[in-house]
Amino acid sequence: MVQSASPTVRFLKAAELDSRMLGMIGALAMIWVGFHLLSGGLFLTPRNLWNLSVQSASVAIMATGMVLVIVTRNIDLSIGSMLGFIGMVMGAVQTDLVPKLLGFEHSATWAVALAIGLGLGIVLGGFQGLVVAYLGVPSFIVTLGGLLVWRGAAWWITSGQTIAPLDARFRLMGGGPEGSIGAGWSWAVGALACFAVILLMAGGRVRRRKFRFPLRPLAAEIFLGAAACTFIVAAIAVANAYPWPIGSVRRFAEANGISLPPGGLFIAHGIAIPVLIAIGVGVVMTFVATRNRFGRYVYAIGGNPEAAALAGINTRWVIVKVFMLMGFLAALSGAISIARLNAATNSEGTLAELLVIAAAVIGGTSLAGGAGTIAGAMLGAVLMQSLQSGMVLLGVDTPLQSIVVGAVLVAAAWLDGTYRRRV
Amino acid sequence: MDQMPDALVAMRDVAISFGGIHAVDRVSIELNGGEVTALVGHNGAGKSTLVKILSGAYQHYAGTIFVGGKEVAIGNPRDAKAYGIETIHQSLALADNLDAAANLFLGRELRTRWGTLDDIAMEAEARKVMRRLSPHFERFKEPVKALSGGQRQSVAIARAILFDARFLIMDEPTAALGPQETAQVGEIIRQLKADGIGILLVSHDIHDVFDLADRICVMKNGRIVGTVRVADVTKDEVLGMIILGNCPPSAIPGPGASVATNEERGRQR
Ligand SMILES: Nc1ncnc2c1ncn2[C@@H]1O[C@H](COP(=O)(O)OP(=O)(O)OP(=O)(O)O)[C@@H](O)[C@H]1O
Ligand SMILES: [Mg+2]
Repeated sequence: MVQSASPTVRFLKAAELDSRMLGMIGALAMIWVGFHLLSGGLFLTPRNLWNLSVQSASVAIMATGMVLVIVTRNIDLSIGSMLGFIGMVMGAVQTDLVPKLLGFEHSATWAVALAIGLGLGIVLGGFQGLVVAYLGVPSFIVTLGGLLVWRGAAWWITSGQTIAPLDARFRLMGGGPEGSIGAGWSWAVGALACFAVILLMAGGRVRRRKFRFPLRPLAAEIFLGAAACTFIVAAIAVANAYPWPIGSVRRFAEANGISLPPGGLFIAHGIAIPVLIAIGVGVVMTFVATRNRFGRYVYAIGGNPEAAALAGINTRWVIVKVFMLMGFLAALSGAISIARLNAATNSEGTLAELLVIAAAVIGGTSLAGGAGTIAGAMLGAVLMQSLQSGMVLLGVDTPLQSIVVGAVLVAAAWLDGTYRRRV
Repeated sequence: MDQMPDALVAMRDVAISFGGIHAVDRVSIELNGGEVTALVGHNGAGKSTLVKILSGAYQHYAGTIFVGGKEVAIGNPRDAKAYGIETIHQSLALADNLDAAANLFLGRELRTRWGTLDDIAMEAEARKVMRRLSPHFERFKEPVKALSGGQRQSVAIARAILFDARFLIMDEPTAALGPQETAQVGEIIRQLKADGIGILLVSHDIHDVFDLADRICVMKNGRIVGTVRVADVTKDEVLGMIILGNCPPSAIPGPGASVATNEERGRQR
């Protein structure tokens, strides 16, 4: 190893930090500060950041699945259409099927609709996976077909009519004042997250000591833990600093028989439910990708499919499961999208597949397979959404927005490639 | 013919072809426990293909395989491993993006009591087995893509000896190794043999073969030329088997032995 490394590099090595991840965080910080200055202080506000988090959720959720798909040297172009189709099905189930069976605004409506949607996602994804893995049709072709088929099917359900409005409980998944968990619960989530971070770090240290493996310097460990907890607390403080709009407050006050004080009433949003779902998905998917046998096989297949097969891994079945997971996540994103819109339309999710792939690639997923992280892809989703909403704040025209996002994607892939060759 | 062989592993009339090329053509071979059998032959003779059939890499082959005297169906690598057959492939078959420990335990991961991957325990085991093979090896945290050819080969060998094999197939295991590591592998082969494990060693190095093997089996153009005890032949005779397909009198000839024509005898003289 290099002896004459600079102090920063030595610190990073000692802390075992991923320098690529740090680079992305740096890029994101630069974009945020840049937009903040250019917009005259409009970007780094609780309101904008909260909206940014909600807008990123749907793409971030699907990006976690796309990482695994791309890691196995496949691609899924069908997720946008699948999202649209499953969204229409969930819409029809909650406005048509369940009311007929159980009555209007039944408390289980949302659960039935969501369960059917998620199940359908697994089935559709699994079907595409079977064709890819067992019939040997390239995933690019299979999911390109899926892109056309599911979009057509979405139209078919209502002959193109929009389904609205949706079930009130289902709508909570979309965010908004009611679809957020409020200040108290947000702090509880934050405390839990900090506790989990500390527990994980301590647990890892204890196990490494038991096997007498080299440990990270204690200072680095404490610094990392403190940084993570500070970030969590800051994020929750921001979410809690964004108050309900006056209309919602008034309705809330009327419904609960509270008289509004003259200065108004400060009710914090807290973390939005879709964001909470996305974070949960991120944690679970990171666990799946790194701490679980299935994830290990996914990466092994991406690194060397022949070696994985010779090691006795049922590579085809693993691929099918990856596509099932992707379908499930597309369905989950579909639920969030239609809930946010309070309507299911047959064009929902158009081009989402490209945003998701872009997020994964910006987040360091290699299209050659074998490399990519869940956290990176989610960060990529946030980065892209930041660019987009920043440009909206600045009043940049839509065509120019596309041009910028496209250029950033290519630049990110190029930077990542050069980085990979050097390290 | 229909009698069950009492060898540890036996293949009978095994054949496979790829698009008209008979890569392995009616090969019969018996391999015993506690014995090293060397499989030699020119490039493209079919050695790796034969080895891959035994390790479950190919599904569509003709013929029968016996393990411990019983006919078995080896349809995939898991089957072979279940019969205690471990293989070091010529291509090494490593997942380049994973580290050494992940490769060693690929498909047979150690897990914690919660069912999660126990990376630390796997690394500890990896350190133990790698110390036997390559004492200087320290790069446990890096993907094996970053390792040298010899280090990668050591990882592939370690994977095969890590699990209690009854039968070990080594397809050119020392091709990329330095002298010290090669000696180490030779030592390990002797140890395993003493433990009663059967070994099939594919090698181009005639000196190594004479050093380590008990029997030599020669292949040419997908067929067995002959099998012979190391004590009964000279290196030149073995070279004659490999290059010309000539079977010396001490060898048991196979279907690939050339019926020497007058012309060839003339050329030899
Ligand atoms: N998957 C395959 N598809 C088509 N042909 C193959 C395949 N595998 C092997 N062959 C052919 O079968 C023959 C035997 O190849 P094999 O790899 O078994 O030779 P080998 O004896 O191991 O040679 P070497 O000493 O070079 O390793 C060759 O002619 C090769 O081209
Ligand atoms: Mg070979």
